Amino acid sequence: MSGIGVGHGADPTRAPASDEPAIETRELRKEFGRIVALAGLTMTVPRGEVFGFLGPNGAGKTTAVKLLLGLSRPSAGEGRVLGAPLGDVATRRRVGYLPELFRYQGWMTAREVLGLHCELARLPRADWDREVSGALDLVGLAQRSDDRTGTFSKGMQQRLGLGVAFLGRPELVVLDEPTSALDPVGRQDVRRIIASLRDRGVSVFLNSHLLTEVERICDRVAIVDHGRVVAQLAMADLQREQGTRIQVTGIDGLAEKVAARYGPARVEGEWLNVDAIAEAEVPALVRDLVERGGAVHAVIPMRHSLEERFMSLLGVDGADATQDPGAEATAAAKDPDAAEPASTDPKATR
Amino acid sequence: MSSLDSIVIIARLTLREAFRRRLLWALAGLTVLIIVLTWWGFSRIAEVSPVTGPVEMLAVSQVLVMLAFMFSFVLAMTAVFAASPAIGPEIESGLLLAILARPIRRADVLLGRWLGLAVVLVGYAVVAGYLEVGAAGLATGYLPTDPAIAPLYLAGEALVLLTLAMVFSTRIASVAGGAIAVVAYGLAWMAGIMGGVGEAFNSDVLRGAGVVSRLILPSDVLWRGAAGALTPTEDVLRGGGVASPALYKFSPFSGAAPDPIWLGWCLLWIVGLLAIGIVLLRRREV
Repeated sequence: MSGIGVGHGADPTRAPASDEPAIETRELRKEFGRIVALAGLTMTVPRGEVFGFLGPNGAGKTTAVKLLLGLSRPSAGEGRVLGAPLGDVATRRRVGYLPELFRYQGWMTAREVLGLHCELARLPRADWDREVSGALDLVGLAQRSDDRTGTFSKGMQQRLGLGVAFLGRPELVVLDEPTSALDPVGRQDVRRIIASLRDRGVSVFLNSHLLTEVERICDRVAIVDHGRVVAQLAMADLQREQGTRIQVTGIDGLAEKVAARYGPARVEGEWLNVDAIAEAEVPALVRDLVERGGAVHAVIPMRHSLEERFMSLLGVDGADATQDPGAEATAAAKDPDAAEPASTDPKATR
Repeated sequence: MSSLDSIVIIARLTLREAFRRRLLWALAGLTVLIIVLTWWGFSRIAEVSPVTGPVEMLAVSQVLVMLAFMFSFVLAMTAVFAASPAIGPEIESGLLLAILARPIRRADVLLGRWLGLAVVLVGYAVVAGYLEVGAAGLATGYLPTDPAIAPLYLAGEALVLLTLAMVFSTRIASVAGGAIAVVAYGLAWMAGIMGGVGEAFNSDVLRGAGVVSRLILPSDVLWRGAAGALTPTEDVLRGGGVASPALYKFSPFSGAAPDPIWLGWCLLWIVGLLAIGIVLLRRREV
């Protein structure tokens, strides 16, 4: 995939600004017979942000996506998308969507599929060529544009689906597991594309299982479990919740008191653990400890990962409060994409 | 985008699919083959026994009605097998998800699919039907009662089956929906024959069964209309030894132009069933 496509990047116009949230739901409920898929979903997705929607299998994520897009009707509750009630047909003109189950007419070429969606999205006919070429460039399918999609691999079909979702300058893009069939290079491309959408003021609703991916691209996440949002937090807040482990000797009894000025602290043997301390304040803490006669042997920055917060919120055993840099190896083993260089700043890859 | 625009987009997509998937080519090829074989067969009949008298005409008309029945069967099967996977299976496979998320109503998707397939079926029925009647006429010189309208009745019958299968496809798996539609078609045909027997022998029970069957699935109304249009005139029938032309119209080799009320019911039935299909699709979880 290239960076920004012709159809999108040529015009830097941002999406229309609005005070109304991109998505807002209140106690949204969905039942399938006796099965409760959503038990009361309440969340707010601000405009212009990349919003991660996380949860374990069966939490109701895809059901929520379908409700937001009007593909399914809520049993109770209410919601608005781009200021319009759920299910409003006209609003769908301003929304792009990549389904989790993506499949396109195998007898059509990629160019024809995109052309069909230009027509369905009511784009002016004069813009179709530009939009289609731009989308093909954006998702890296320009070389295969005249091949039938029936000959495409799953990954290529997902790229095509992304192109379809990005057609026509949507104000909101809903991506349901957008990288499930992509290789690491494709995933990185998707992150770049999503970042470019945010730069243009487009709101992105990202439903994904890949926590490292979400951590790197999202501004805000909602964690849903058993059909309810159990936490909604800004990634910047999560990042600020870092801690520090300091190995210090010689000031028994004083260390905890000194560190308490910087954040919640506790001592475990020679180790002083300070939670929620700003990175910039660590040198000052070390200086204070030394001035009071402490001998500092090691300083290890700790940070909460989204995965740990996720596990903790879902009450999964073994979830540590913090993660040290060595834990990246574990994450990489779970998610090949995580093998890319990690950054302490989740937004550094944008 | 108005509803009509949306319907046209989906209908055009359906037509393109029929063209690309070679459905139209297959139908065209088979039609040419059948027309050639028909012409050859009727020519041989005319060679053996020139169709000059009413007896020969009666015999030719029965062969023509049998051919028309085979043709109506092919049309009905094409309608059922094209419509059965048109909605539900495409939702389940994900094919329609991206389309339904666009500013288009579900009703427009259903009506567009119906319209696209209807154009294929009606076009095929009309072109192939007239060619068939023309080939028989050229080879034998036989002119049925109303050759111009017979293909239109067959087209109408195909639309009835198309509508039934399309409505099934909103909720039922394509194999099950297709099988039910085919069985229903067969039962309606059989019930039509029984209704005819009831008319001929003045049996209220059989007559009533035929009427109920036609109310539930009016495909036989149109088939009997097509068969009637291909039957010889009363003079020919009498000359051919048929003592009672009025009774002959109830035989499996004949029929009669349906009452306009029944034609109105066919139209109402199609519209009503499409409305039911729209409601079912609207309520369906995708």
